[in-house]
Amino acid sequence: METVYQYIIVFITAIFVNNVVLSQILGICPFLGVSKKINTALGMAGAVAFVLVLATLVTYLLQYYVLNPLDLGYMQTIAFILVIAALVQLVEIILKKVSPSLYQALGVFLPLITTNCAVLGVAILVIQKDFDLMMGVWYALSTALGFGLALVIFAGIREQLNLVSVPKGMQGMSIALVTAGLLAMAFMGFSGVDSGLKTFLGI
Amino acid sequence: MNNFKVLMNGIIKENPTFVLLLGMCPTLGTTSSALNGMSMGLATTFVLVCSNVVISLLKNLIPDMVRIPAFIVVIASFVTALQMCMQAFVPDIYATLGLFIPLIVVNCIILGRAEAFASKNGVVPSFFDGLGMGLGFTIALTLLGAVREILGTGKIFGCEIWPEDYGMLMFVLAPGAFIVLGYLIAIVNRFKKA
Repeated sequence: METVYQYIIVFITAIFVNNVVLSQILGICPFLGVSKKINTALGMAGAVAFVLVLATLVTYLLQYYVLNPLDLGYMQTIAFILVIAALVQLVEIILKKVSPSLYQALGVFLPLITTNCAVLGVAILVIQKDFDLMMGVWYALSTALGFGLALVIFAGIREQLNLVSVPKGMQGMSIALVTAGLLAMAFMGFSGVDSGLKTFLGI
Repeated sequence: MNNFKVLMNGIIKENPTFVLLLGMCPTLGTTSSALNGMSMGLATTFVLVCSNVVISLLKNLIPDMVRIPAFIVVIASFVTALQMCMQAFVPDIYATLGLFIPLIVVNCIILGRAEAFASKNGVVPSFFDGLGMGLGFTIALTLLGAVREILGTGKIFGCEIWPEDYGMLMFVLAPGAFIVLGYLIAIVNRFKKA
């Protein structure tokens, strides 16, 4: 039971308490760039979730079965970014062959993901936090869901924002950033939920 | 004279943060104080200048097909070198910036300048382009960090301006980063039109 509770806590924490975008400030470029419409936001969230989980799995194995035994810990950054870049290319090729419709939907977003710092960030965080493989992948999945949640909510707000008149100097990125700030403030309301949950579940 | 123009281009006309809106993650994530912002800016400047120089030297040797992976390897090597130097000489700053040091690799400014400038120009202009862009980034980050530090804790570079009790903690946390940058961009827009 204990382990199940651990998984629940990691899940809730990654989505609400330490939301990857609004609290850890990773992956801001796609958050600001592809959040004009809910549909594209959903596509991006799907693509990120896919690559994030896959990249975490591969980089985890790379770290523990190649870099650590060979004492090459300092190569982490170079190795990880190359693996992620290669992985994104590979996913693109495979998707094109296996599922053209999914490729059509995600196509434009896939190359952008290489420079999404959330992917490299989560891969490094999983190693830093000493998770085991299952927990690492679960953490990556939860983080990706948190990213998707923030992105979709933000896209919804921005669709509404188009309908109101914004002062001239604030138009475009400026008002978007202030909106994101207010959204982040709303998510701050979740802080403390993780420790409360721990007491509740008795860990 | 021409190099001077390239240098100023990065600092003012094409400021990576306020005008091009690139590299938002470190901009928002590390500017909880003026000192942190400046350290991050200088770290990025170092990588930007080195990678620009090396890439402009190698531009004829790298085949066009594999140029992006090649650029990434060059950038990642400098980031790793920087990471080790910072760990050895300024462990405090390294600990505060934490995850954002390895994440310099995926900063779009660096890859963007490598692709848009260094792969088409000679060594000297590339050097000045990297320096200008880096300094523009550093100035923006220091400014953002200073505003957040004053509003959040009443200090600037650690010197007290008003008692910490009057500070608004929110500005040091994540929401403050978004809001302050939003308003700074609005101010820059206002001056650009005037």
